[in-house]
Amino acid sequence: MDFSWIFEYQGLLVRGAFLTCLLLAISVTLGFALAIFLAIAQVGNGSIARWISKGYCTFFRGTPLLIQLWLIYYGLGSYLPHIPGLRTSFLWPVMREGLFFAALALTLNFAAYQGEILRGAMLAVPKGELEAARAVGMSARMILRRIWLPRAIRIGLPTFAGEVILQLKATPIVFSVTVMDLYGAAYKIRQDTLLVYEPLLLVTVFYVGLTFVITQVFQKLENAVPVRR
Amino acid sequence: MKHLGKVLALAAVILTTNAHAEIRFGIVNEAYPPYTTKDASGKAIGWEIDLMDAVCAELKEKCTIVDVAWDGLIPALESKKIDVIWSSMSITDERKKRIDFTDKYYSALAGMIGTKDGTMGVTAEQLKGKTIGIAVSTTQSAYFKKHFAQVATEKSYATVDESFQDLASGRIDYVFADTAPLKEFLKTDIGQGCCEFKGNVEPDNAILGAGVGGGIRKGDDALREKLNAAVQAVRANGKYAEFSKKYFDYDPY
Repeated sequence: MDFSWIFEYQGLLVRGAFLTCLLLAISVTLGFALAIFLAIAQVGNGSIARWISKGYCTFFRGTPLLIQLWLIYYGLGSYLPHIPGLRTSFLWPVMREGLFFAALALTLNFAAYQGEILRGAMLAVPKGELEAARAVGMSARMILRRIWLPRAIRIGLPTFAGEVILQLKATPIVFSVTVMDLYGAAYKIRQDTLLVYEPLLLVTVFYVGLTFVITQVFQKLENAVPVRR
Repeated sequence: MKHLGKVLALAAVILTTNAHAEIRFGIVNEAYPPYTTKDASGKAIGWEIDLMDAVCAELKEKCTIVDVAWDGLIPALESKKIDVIWSSMSITDERKKRIDFTDKYYSALAGMIGTKDGTMGVTAEQLKGKTIGIAVSTTQSAYFKKHFAQVATEKSYATVDESFQDLASGRIDYVFADTAPLKEFLKTDIGQGCCEFKGNVEPDNAILGAGVGGGIRKGDDALREKLNAAVQAVRANGKYAEFSKKYFDYDPY
């Protein structure tokens, strides 16, 4: 076991760990926000919105994440430079980076899974509670905001924890579009130092540690809002 | 029972052929034209394959090709899955800590290609503020760290091929790699459309290495001497120049 490389590469590793966490945070936050709209569209009355949402979820759950990432990065990404003015605009420094496309693909993918889970959770909220809310004179919007969504989120909470952990473990594929996340850093160290196992062991410890933190956070959340049975 | 006899005879044949010394050449399975690549049927072709064939003919040995990913070459050599790395690996001090090398069998120049914008040259001054695509952990990556890291940004790719894609779509300004594969890319339709050769970088032998050689397990001196002698013989009898002509308009040695 040789870990003498850690000091030489600590900058790369710290930056990589930061990028991994950043991608996880962006995709989970934005993906969850998008999932709320997807779920509402599916349980709501509008048939067009329902079909759009269903189609979206089926597409993104039905194709491998790697292919989505490459379609977006190599496909969409290679057409962007042809849009007049974009290459000289202030957006270009962000939009030429792999990080932008990686965050986009991870977010869209996460939203599809989360949307389906949230839809199920919304249907699992007892009808009586929604009827009680109507009986005290709440508007549909207020019921959604105060009763339906909060109850659904609480019901889905244990599943969300699992989804966030899965999302964490999906992030290493972003290295394939030049994002130097933690796995990318480990890959580079393996190549430079010709060590096979040690860099992998280090990132394994990091991923397990982060998973532990995620489960603890969700445990706290679940305890904070106990379910009465 | 009759069949069993046949099977045993066949097994004996297979065993004896296996026992006969054969040299397993580890060749990278990512395309690296003109040195190694695969034709439509999946057969390995390229300059290094021609050299291997010539060397094996010289040695009168049976040689087999083993496909290995670039980052798996040295581990495969050490775990005896292959006997020699024959895959455009530059002879560098860092690698010499783990493996031995034969004498060089070709010299690689390091150069850059970029989008067609009329500027030429690849000095630190000209690369200021540019983004340069480099395959991860190559001699070019080490060169970049020493000479250009102050002024330009490095973007790491798993293979050179992927960096070409990003150069064509304008995500990076230059690709820094061995000159021969760069020129090979410029011959393709995409390469012709987008990009041009910008020049070779100033030599720095400490980093760019003393040419490309075959990687040998530490202490496998017998094989190293055999291969060195065979490469010299192939150069002396004119075969080296003969197949090099198919790929280069200069002597790659």
